[in-house]
Amino acid sequence: MAPEAALAGDAPGPRYSGAVITDRIAGIVLARPTHWGFLAGLGVSAAFTVLFLVAVGYLFAVGVGIWGIDQPVAWAFAITNFVWWVGIGHAGTFISAFLLLLRQHWRTSINRFAEAMTIFAVAMAGLMPILHLGRPWFFYWLAPYPDVMNVWPQWRSPLVWDIFAIGTYIIVSIVFWYMGLLPDLATLRDRARTRGKQIAYGVFALGWRGEARHWHRYETAYLLLAGLATPLVISVHSVVSLDFSFGLVPGWHSTIFPPYFVAGALYSGFAMALVLAVPLRAAFGLRDFITERHLAKMGTLMLVTGLLVAYSYGVEVFSAYFGGDAHEIAIMEDRYTGAYAPVAWAVILCNVVIPQALWLGWVRRSALALFALGLVVLVGMWLERFLIIVQSLAHDFLPSSWHLFVPTFWDLATLAGSIGAFALMFLLFLRFLPAISMAELRKEAHHEPMHQ
Amino acid sequence: MSRDPNDTDRAAHLRFWRSVEEAQGEVDPSADTIGLPTGRRDFMRLMGASIALAGLAGCSRPPLERIVPFRDGPQQQTYGKPIFYASAIARDGYGAGVLVECNMGRPTKIEGNPLHPASLGATDVFSQAAVLELWDPDRSQTVRAGGAIATWDASIAALQGRLRARPRGAGVRLLTETVTSPSLHAAIRALLGRYPEARWHQWQPVNRDNAYAGARLAYGTPLDTTYRFDRARVILSLDADFLDAMPGCVRYAHDFASTRAAHAPAERRSRLYVVESTPSLTGAAADHRVPLRARDVPAAAQAIAHALGAASDGPATAPVPAEWLQAVVADLSQSRGGCIVIAGERQPPHVHALAHAMNEHLGNVGGTVVHLPAAAAEVVDCTASLRELARDMHAGSVDTLLVLDANPVHTAPADLGFSDALTRVPFKLHLGLYEDETAAASDWHVPAAHALESWGDVVAFDGTCTLQQPCIAPLYGGRTPLELIAVATGDAQADARTLLTRYWSGRQPQDFDAFFDDALRRGVVPGTASAPQRPALRPFDVPPSTTPPGASLELVLTTDPRTGDGRHANNAWLQELPKPLTQLTWDNAALVSPALAQRLGLVNEDVVSLRVADRSLDAPVWITPGMPDGCVSLSLGYGRTRAGTVGSGRGANAYALRTVDAPWFVPGVSLVRTGRRYALASAQTHGRMEGRDIVRMVSVAQAAACTAQACGTPGYRDQRTLYDSPPFGPYAWAMSIDLSSCIGCAACTIACQAENNIPVVGKEEVRRGREMHWIRVDRYHEGSVQNPRTVFQPVPCMQCEHAPCEVVCPVEASVHDAQGINVQVYNRCVGTRFCSNNCPYKVRRFNFLQYSKDVPSLDAQRNPEVSVRMRGVMEKCNYCLQRITTARIAADREGRSLRDGEVVTACQAVCPTRAIVFGNLNDPQSEVNRRKNSPLDYALLAELNTRPRTTYLARVTNERHGA
Amino acid sequence: MAQVFSRRFVLLIRLGLLAALLAVVAGATAYRTLARADAPEDAPIRQPIPFSHQHHVRDDGIDCRYCHASVETSSFAGIPPLSTCMTCHSQLFTDAPMLEPLRRAYAGATTLAWNRVHDLPDFVYFDHSIHVAKGVGCTTCHGAIDRMPLTRRVASLYMEWCLECHRAPERYLRPHDRVFDVDWRPPADQLAQGAALRRQYGLRTTRELTDCSTCHR
Repeated sequence: MAPEAALAGDAPGPRYSGAVITDRIAGIVLARPTHWGFLAGLGVSAAFTVLFLVAVGYLFAVGVGIWGIDQPVAWAFAITNFVWWVGIGHAGTFISAFLLLLRQHWRTSINRFAEAMTIFAVAMAGLMPILHLGRPWFFYWLAPYPDVMNVWPQWRSPLVWDIFAIGTYIIVSIVFWYMGLLPDLATLRDRARTRGKQIAYGVFALGWRGEARHWHRYETAYLLLAGLATPLVISVHSVVSLDFSFGLVPGWHSTIFPPYFVAGALYSGFAMALVLAVPLRAAFGLRDFITERHLAKMGTLMLVTGLLVAYSYGVEVFSAYFGGDAHEIAIMEDRYTGAYAPVAWAVILCNVVIPQALWLGWVRRSALALFALGLVVLVGMWLERFLIIVQSLAHDFLPSSWHLFVPTFWDLATLAGSIGAFALMFLLFLRFLPAISMAELRKEAHHEPMHQ
Repeated sequence: MSRDPNDTDRAAHLRFWRSVEEAQGEVDPSADTIGLPTGRRDFMRLMGASIALAGLAGCSRPPLERIVPFRDGPQQQTYGKPIFYASAIARDGYGAGVLVECNMGRPTKIEGNPLHPASLGATDVFSQAAVLELWDPDRSQTVRAGGAIATWDASIAALQGRLRARPRGAGVRLLTETVTSPSLHAAIRALLGRYPEARWHQWQPVNRDNAYAGARLAYGTPLDTTYRFDRARVILSLDADFLDAMPGCVRYAHDFASTRAAHAPAERRSRLYVVESTPSLTGAAADHRVPLRARDVPAAAQAIAHALGAASDGPATAPVPAEWLQAVVADLSQSRGGCIVIAGERQPPHVHALAHAMNEHLGNVGGTVVHLPAAAAEVVDCTASLRELARDMHAGSVDTLLVLDANPVHTAPADLGFSDALTRVPFKLHLGLYEDETAAASDWHVPAAHALESWGDVVAFDGTCTLQQPCIAPLYGGRTPLELIAVATGDAQADARTLLTRYWSGRQPQDFDAFFDDALRRGVVPGTASAPQRPALRPFDVPPSTTPPGASLELVLTTDPRTGDGRHANNAWLQELPKPLTQLTWDNAALVSPALAQRLGLVNEDVVSLRVADRSLDAPVWITPGMPDGCVSLSLGYGRTRAGTVGSGRGANAYALRTVDAPWFVPGVSLVRTGRRYALASAQTHGRMEGRDIVRMVSVAQAAACTAQACGTPGYRDQRTLYDSPPFGPYAWAMSIDLSSCIGCAACTIACQAENNIPVVGKEEVRRGREMHWIRVDRYHEGSVQNPRTVFQPVPCMQCEHAPCEVVCPVEASVHDAQGINVQVYNRCVGTRFCSNNCPYKVRRFNFLQYSKDVPSLDAQRNPEVSVRMRGVMEKCNYCLQRITTARIAADREGRSLRDGEVVTACQAVCPTRAIVFGNLNDPQSEVNRRKNSPLDYALLAELNTRPRTTYLARVTNERHGA
Repeated sequence: MAQVFSRRFVLLIRLGLLAALLAVVAGATAYRTLARADAPEDAPIRQPIPFSHQHHVRDDGIDCRYCHASVETSSFAGIPPLSTCMTCHSQLFTDAPMLEPLRRAYAGATTLAWNRVHDLPDFVYFDHSIHVAKGVGCTTCHGAIDRMPLTRRVASLYMEWCLECHRAPERYLRPHDRVFDVDWRPPADQLAQGAALRRQYGLRTTRELTDCSTCHR
């Protein structure tokens, strides 16, 4: 049997007719009564969102000095969060665009919420660099526009490249996601019972009537967008990594960063996808759509990217000694023996040691284990970014300027708050939009017989 | 703007005092809108008149700004141009000449007076900070009677009433600090003549009692001994910190450095031996240093004197290493007439006497060592004088006490019970700059005029006299001691200037006006320097060194390098200026040696209780490499209760452990852990170089044989690069810092702070590592922790030609200009801080919070030529761009190009040792080029190929072999 | 099932979207124009005394430097001390009510506070003396001051306005003796003459004139 078919076999198609699929999934949005657990989750994440807003408000009122940043460690939590959130976004794009081009049909049942995850994550990421500015109200000076000062941005700065990278990324992601939503929005419009919902979904459905002409253009556009989005999986985090490797700070100034960061990004992305998928399928009874096999595949992907990350860790240390630069060597020694050593070893534990469990089949098949591993990796990846940014800065060229970074309450509040806001947006997405692409599932169900 | 002597003249030609007169409202009814403001409010109104646009108002549509014209434009004053006035600022009674820069009537910056022997154009940190003291909103602002607001006239009436009731002055006492001012002395004498039974006491916590007593012992008369370090080839310091804490230390530092500079001629290069009881700048500069318990110093002195043959008998055992002793003795006796033995102010009289004996024996007196009549108008033993006063107060025989500019309640030895005694005095009048501890204990308090607001005169370490002229009318109607004495003598009308001219016209009857103008102009009264004396040495006997047995600890009290005896406690600049050896800010701490700390199981910031007899004091511990084992060192000047909002309640009050018999060295101290901890803010958390090539050191021999390949950075200026080199205009500014000359006094740091409107951030922020100083002085220890070599390195922005900060700034806020300066454009900066991360020297400073507070009186200090930075903006050294621009515009107007030395940066101007040289690389003749062509020239972290414009000259050490 | 959207409704939505689009564009353009509009047409700034440059300069023919005495030596052109005004006004218009504020201030009763017409941001360091020394005339920046009964600003003072000259000063330079001449008009061959003057006065290169550090510190 062709591999493609084997994969297609994982699609839940054969077991359900299109109508049932639509009932099951649209039901979540239209019919299903709100569960108390859902409300509880909503409440908690809303609370953290408020915390986030308070932290940001206080930040704007007083200044970035409310954080623990200092000289020499002028970047810490905000930038760590930024890199972490952008990274998480990548898995979504990878699943929806990359796998689409590779004709990995099994992606259909997970791409929708993965893309949503991407958008919300990148939204969080996009905020961070603005929040971390000393004078955030001037953030638009980083963008090129004709002004009365006759000055332009400084094109050599990676931060300017970031503006473009992140900007492109979020726009393409949203358009891609929205395109995919059109048929489903139409479905919801047609199935909605109240006038209000009909209009709401209707407006966003942009008059989709499911004609052959619609489908034809839809398919083309979707494929094109996938083609646009795919390179972003590589480019965005490569550019982000340049924020560091472009600098001459020992511990930053390294050529391996782009691939290293991309691997790390996908790693944390798949982790987040699992952390979201497992409760999702349990809560909304989607086990037959997001099957063990799906989880297992994501587990495999996590293992692969995890190994790439582990390799990068090795290369970092190796090249420090191979390069023989005293400052680089000092940084590496300090990283694993100095004040931040606990963090460094926690990173090794979370990102390298524990995930090796994924070699075991039963782990890859156990939703719970994967969920736990996802959490571990998410923590590990955040710590990794923190380590790279903070420890390198805290221990640079002149010993006289060495100084440790100690986070304040507001550092933690901003991190926790951003996670809360992310969760809130995701929950609302589940409530108002189909978490799985009905149209694509129906298509799979329809295509299925051909493979036999 | 240039700071060469012509400046003094230019400044001085302005017959400035005219407008002061007017401003004092005596001549012209409309005085308060002219010339100088009389008070802050008027003065704020006038500020509009200054084009000087200080303050970073982001938006381009500001509220309507107002311009208030003068009534009659003051002569010599051009809008928007600074004027310099020559004056003097006293430290512990000894004056140093200064030039005060005034912008639109506001004293904003202080420079040294090149014509003054104690300054030669440089100043110490205290003079730099004086301008902040002037504008300190905590200063006493009104006369107070028993705490209630009163008037000057009321205080006069009360005082004169008191005195009228005592025609012969019975029970009337006057307490001052050591008086060197001739006019004030004359006035006091007049007062005592008028009231024969009145008595005059002098008390100053940091006094010269020991030195004078030592001179009495050796010569039978009190003397001020001065030294010519520029002539000395071998120097032995017996616990004397002559580079940082001695009358004339600024001049001494200059002379000393002239024999230490990287390119000092071999025949003039000096070698410095130091024994000291607390690490000091002098110890750090030493070639051979021995940490020694203070109580062992006399024995050491005796041993050396004996070995030299200057003393008949020596101690049983010398407390110093034998080979060290041999080295000192050999070196000293090899350079007879060309060496110096100098005893520390705190050492007991016979150590001073021994030093005199050695200098006589070595034939230094008259050459490198010069005896002068004491600068103090009348030499008294301060301690005895105060003890006597306290005794009489206890006895109740004092009923009227005038305290002029002194704070005995805080500074009196603990065992005198001074404050209790004070309560027994019915009438106490206090004249002071602040409503301090003594003011609170007095019935009447009169605000004193600040040195920059006063007419007066003061004598320098070598007897040279300077007339002090006010640069602004007293902000709070303060009075000078001279005025108060005049009032007491019955002359309530005369103002300070009249009194001063009255005295000096007595000394200079003929052609007085010309003389007075000239003296003001130059900032020195010609021909007042004291004539050297050659008294005969008399035999004296040295008390047997009484070393208490065993391990009982000894407490060494020191003058604080920042707050002095406590009078500067409310000065935020000084509080935040890292102390040279410990890099501590905002607090004093009990300094202990690493070994002692280990024995007692102490770590930094542990609070210990220091116990002596029945007294005890809690203080946090700071482990200090190079502290002699077996003693604890604590600086005076902290634990003030009424210093002001900045200084009150900071640190531990060492006076609590100070007694009449043990003013400096307290034996039999015990250290008891309290289990508590106290957070200290150190500006530098790591003190070792980790084997990196940071402060480069070479021996004299190496330096002589030195080629660029050997010890410089070969051709770091033309290393290969992928980037195109920055565009060059006619000027390529650069700086060279001589690490051999630098003594680490940090005057550059505070001068920069004053010049560039650098905010103070406070203790918590310093702990976070957010201090804002544009030029910091790094301190590294090398070698053993027991007795390390300590080196200093001033680090301003390196102005890299390939600046790593520039390529990462997203908004062009960090850019290169055609003069090769790496400019930081504050109004363009959005605060990404990437530039700081990417700066290998970490010289960029970020306004994490709104540090520049908007306090009217402090705004008045700001330099109008420099933007005040708001929060969220990165800032850093820009080679005093405002000074370059001002000079360049002046030159461009005349269509000529700048001469070498015409632009002087703030740090360069203030440096006592001339360690910093700044100039134009495109001018082959420039001093800076001469230095950079030296083989000792090297760039910090040159391997990064940042091509710094600021480079260093390696530190040349001059050890004796086998010592 | 009935259609959710009638044709009219759809039309409505489309029009709505179109309107929103237009609104954005209109807003942007409005901002751009308004942001620049303020400068030239700036209304005269209200002053305690309605001082007329037209009268003093054109009618009386008083030289700029008589009042703005430090314009050639200092960054600040100088605001005349009251005594300067009184040199004439102790004889002329001695009882004109208009001058009451001046007389009271001169008597020391109050202060006379003019409102600044040309107010640069605090981080901009402008120096009159060097501009005058290098042949930039008063009217080049201050406009036809001799035709202003009440003084107003004629230049935007935006950075682009400064740069416009700093990038090519020769367009505005005049001979030294014409700097204070309010009647000077650029000759036909201004560019040629300007270029010559630029060499003669030894102006800095355009790169230097447009360095940030030339105006900002």
